[in-house]
Amino acid sequence: MCLAVPGKIVSIEGEDSILRSGRVDFSGIVKQVNLAYVPEAKIGDYVLVHVGFAINIIDEEEAQKVFEYLREMDDLAELEGSEAV
Amino acid sequence: MKFIDEYRDPKAAARFARAIRQITSRPWTIMEICGGQTHAIVRFGVDELLPQNITLVHGPGCPVCVTPVELIEKAIEIAARPDVVFCSFGDMLRVPGISKDLLTVKAQGGDIRIVYSPLDALKIARENPSRQVVFFAVGFETTAPANAMTVYQAFQSDIRNFSLLVAHVLVPPAIEAILSSPANQVRGFLAAGHVCAVMGYSEYEPIARRYHVPIVVTGFEPLDILQGIYMTIRQLEEGRAEVENQYTRAVSKDGNRPAIDLIRNVFEVVPRKWRGVGEIPASGLGLKAKYVAFDAEKRFGIADRVIEESALCISGSILQGIKKPHECPAFGSTCTPEHPLGATMVSTEGACAAYYRYRRVRLSDSFFPQPGD
Repeated sequence: MCLAVPGKIVSIEGEDSILRSGRVDFSGIVKQVNLAYVPEAKIGDYVLVHVGFAINIIDEEEAQKVFEYLREMDDLAELEGSEAV
Repeated sequence: MKFIDEYRDPKAAARFARAIRQITSRPWTIMEICGGQTHAIVRFGVDELLPQNITLVHGPGCPVCVTPVELIEKAIEIAARPDVVFCSFGDMLRVPGISKDLLTVKAQGGDIRIVYSPLDALKIARENPSRQVVFFAVGFETTAPANAMTVYQAFQSDIRNFSLLVAHVLVPPAIEAILSSPANQVRGFLAAGHVCAVMGYSEYEPIARRYHVPIVVTGFEPLDILQGIYMTIRQLEEGRAEVENQYTRAVSKDGNRPAIDLIRNVFEVVPRKWRGVGEIPASGLGLKAKYVAFDAEKRFGIADRVIEESALCISGSILQGIKKPHECPAFGSTCTPEHPLGATMVSTEGACAAYYRYRRVRLSDSFFPQPGD
């Protein structure tokens, strides 16, 4: 129900802030999406879409954090492992 | 697909699982709030990667599952009216009421239409001015911006044949209800990422302090969930109880300001009944007085109807994390997705349906003949 799917904005139309919408590409499936809640979104941005509404822009830099966390965790484990030896 | 596939890498998942084993010194019970997370955990076998002393219990975050029988019965009554076009997300059609479900009403001639977005229902109302069009507005905070916008547009365009049967629920009061139950075993929470994408997470900070529980805002892919579990266990092992954010690519502390503003313009906080749990104070959203003309319960004169839950299924205990699906005697025998006794067996995000779909062979070999038997 709270499923929200990431997709890429390929076009934006509508001047009215409430009716602002755009076409969003979900790996080949393109849907019309309401963009009123992401006023700063631009073509090429990835947005999270839930029941026809973009609820946020995906932060590309933050998207790497999971993998950075994993690397830091591995380094720490290695450090602790070598101390134990 | 970008932002999905990279978070399903099995090698990275194994590294997280190893790290979780390294920091876990004793048993902990952690609840994932959201049904979408439950589905991913069971589908990808995330729980099977965890050490045996970590127990994941499944939370109440499935709006289809927690909608009370009373509202299902109201939906059935409205949908059966000849002047009504009743619009709903597909999941709601098979949730059992007292004697039937919405799908039966449809089969008996009710004009019930499955829509993808509430805006689709508003479009049907514009195109059918002589019919009453009702949208069944179920959902948590994630769905509230969509429903708020739909009501706002209907108000601005003065569309008078449109109304909402509102069944909106809120996550923080449900967490508090679980934590204040004497039966509670939960020591840490994975908060629902998309709810927080809308609302932010500052409202969880007083809960973490008051009940001394770590709460980690978590995404929906296997690596997100594993990292959320790791962060929760690390807090538990270190004796901390803070709100942390794993899902930073989609969630900021303050949430989506325009969305919150429109939710507050259209809705107000109201008490709401939860299926199998009962009424929780200040746990739902209802339309504000300005938009009362769009309230289907008032429009069709059924607001005062009170209907009690049946005691057939244990979904109340499942939704509070007290029991697991396979502990129910009806699971997989008299209760299946084809013939559900309760809503947790209906929705793909319900814990019972997820266990049935992905776990039934292992958990209940005796019930199910194998192919070829």
